[in-house]
Amino acid sequence: MPSYVAKPIPPNQDKRWKLIDATIRRQGGHARGLIETLHTVQEAFGYIDEQAMRYVAMSLRVPLSRAYGVATFYHFFTLKPAGEHTCVICMGTACYIKGAPQLLDAVQRDLGIGPGETTADKKVSLLTARCLGSCGLAPAVVYDQEVAGKVGSAAIREHMKKWTTRHDA
Amino acid sequence: MTPEELDQIAETEREQQSHFTQRVNVCVAAGCLSCQSQSVKDALDQEVSKRGKKEHCQVKGVGCMGLCSEGPLVSTSNGVLYKKVEAGDGVGIVDSLDSDPVSRLVCPTDVPFFQRQKKIVLENSGVIDPDRIEDYIAANGYSALIKALTEMTSREVVDEVTKSGLRGRGGAGYPTGLKWSTVSKSVGTQKYVICNADEGDPGAFMDRSVLESDPHRVLEGMLIAGYAVGASEAYIYVRAEYPLAIKRLRNAIRQAERVGLLGSSICGTHFSFKIDVRLGAGAFVCGEETALIASVEGKRGTPRPRPPYPAMEGLFGEPTLINNVETFANIAPIIRNGGEWYASIGTEKSKGTKVFALAGRVENTGLVEVPMGISLREMVFDIGGGIPEGRKFKAVQTGGPSGGCLPTECLDMPVDYESLAKAGSIMGSGGMIVMDESSCMVDVAKYFMDFCMTESCGKCIPCRVGTYQMHRILTAIGNMTATEQDMKMLEELCDLLKHTSLCGLGQSAPNPVVSTLKSFAEEYRAHIQDKKCPAGVCGQPVGETV
Repeated sequence: MPSYVAKPIPPNQDKRWKLIDATIRRQGGHARGLIETLHTVQEAFGYIDEQAMRYVAMSLRVPLSRAYGVATFYHFFTLKPAGEHTCVICMGTACYIKGAPQLLDAVQRDLGIGPGETTADKKVSLLTARCLGSCGLAPAVVYDQEVAGKVGSAAIREHMKKWTTRHDA
Repeated sequence: MTPEELDQIAETEREQQSHFTQRVNVCVAAGCLSCQSQSVKDALDQEVSKRGKKEHCQVKGVGCMGLCSEGPLVSTSNGVLYKKVEAGDGVGIVDSLDSDPVSRLVCPTDVPFFQRQKKIVLENSGVIDPDRIEDYIAANGYSALIKALTEMTSREVVDEVTKSGLRGRGGAGYPTGLKWSTVSKSVGTQKYVICNADEGDPGAFMDRSVLESDPHRVLEGMLIAGYAVGASEAYIYVRAEYPLAIKRLRNAIRQAERVGLLGSSICGTHFSFKIDVRLGAGAFVCGEETALIASVEGKRGTPRPRPPYPAMEGLFGEPTLINNVETFANIAPIIRNGGEWYASIGTEKSKGTKVFALAGRVENTGLVEVPMGISLREMVFDIGGGIPEGRKFKAVQTGGPSGGCLPTECLDMPVDYESLAKAGSIMGSGGMIVMDESSCMVDVAKYFMDFCMTESCGKCIPCRVGTYQMHRILTAIGNMTATEQDMKMLEELCDLLKHTSLCGLGQSAPNPVVSTLKSFAEEYRAHIQDKKCPAGVCGQPVGETV
């Protein structure tokens, strides 16, 4: 690796860039660490914005197009900030058979947003998952990292109501 | 680490465990954790220390006990299994250790769900603490590795695996011994071992459970594989959607490094091995081996034509052995007990056991390990306990989006690689989803086609465009607007995708359609000719997921 290429400077003073640098170092600054590094960015910042993508691409010496290509290829990466709360509805086969579409429909109607979208007040993001692997508990929903099993339409609507009204005062 | 030191660890651990006269095991795998099993464990812990019984009563977090639908599950040393336990039940359960069981919570274990199982891969699940290497070593863990390293040549290890008749548990069923022998004969400066834990099939959670319940078992299998094929570096490619499995795996790797079971000169031999975790990022196609390799290399996960096969030119262009989690989990018992022992289980062409994730419209959902060759009827009605709410069985879906739906006529068919393939489905990684009369098979086919369409990587045209067109036709059928012409086109596309797609995803994408067309043709006809959905699913806005 040519030594005259200076290491890029983090975009700002945010301490979280240190985490990203650590991952890059652990991968030996090699391009093969691209996915790992993007995982760290998403873990630290919650999403991957253009600034972060440029920084990662420069640090790993890959074209920005490749970083963008990878970040958009994989469903797990998100380029937009999520809302305050996230609701993930599992759309795996077992959940689908046991009524996940009805859950999705209920939330969509209540919040007025589709999967992958966030409410205008940035309170709730609605996501769907391919399969959470909690098929024994179908249909499963993840409320802010907490998996709930055997969820019914009434329960999920109530949960959404709690999220959208609690901080209104 | 020498064999003597390993014995020492096992001895010390067994000695320590013998102090405990009473034991309470709480399932802390993902299924039960999401039913608050952690608070159950905390409550039990508290209760035991409150009574000053900490010296002789052990409360242990263990892996999956199988019956996920009845979680949280707790088992005690007097052989009782409790279901749906809540934190408030802690007092009663600790009481029961010295008296009668809490009858209200007892889960009967003399039922087919438990009796029909044969546990090899899952033998330690629900028994050992997945976070402690000592517990694994005390349960004969890593003794197979020691045996391989000190008593066998790498050639003998490969021969033993070949003799066992083990076939790849990821779905295709390629003979594991043959794969190992190809990689061991390949020439390269550096060889790699990859464990495929990118369990993408919706409805399958076997690999996650194995990783969460017994991570060291997988590491041991990989170590033995590394020794057999001459590799010194390995990667485990895990889905990022499995945070608990990742945590336990990383912990297990650290522990193995600490005691010298991973690293350089393992057991005083020349064998060195290191294992790294790589996170997937939510792409189903990465279960395909060449796509997985691209992903480990930090690229977009798109497959490439084979040959060259990864066994010749894989990760970073070097010979690479790729096996599934469950395949690796079978290795240690094969080395310990011999290939012939393993070959004595199962059918003529499909040896050993298979772990299935039983889910859908069935009474008992969860994880089961059964000998190959068991009939589908036994799976669904004995082990699964039949269909709830007195409804009628309609089909069982195996193999995820690459598999097919098997109707009532197939119920007496044995579950093995050949029979499933003959019936138009595949073994797949082991997802088994039961459907009753409330499911519309056109809707199910559309669901899987939607999956394949979204997950198609876009590299080859038959898959990228074909899945889209097939989905369009299936949607039209669901909306009762399709014509006979469309049906013909659908059948043509099935054939086209199967024969011209680049990788397994596209080649097998038509399977759900082909199998439902074969067994449930009258449902398709009802949608097209009578403009009616017999199950009452299609034609309504709910159920639309596109």
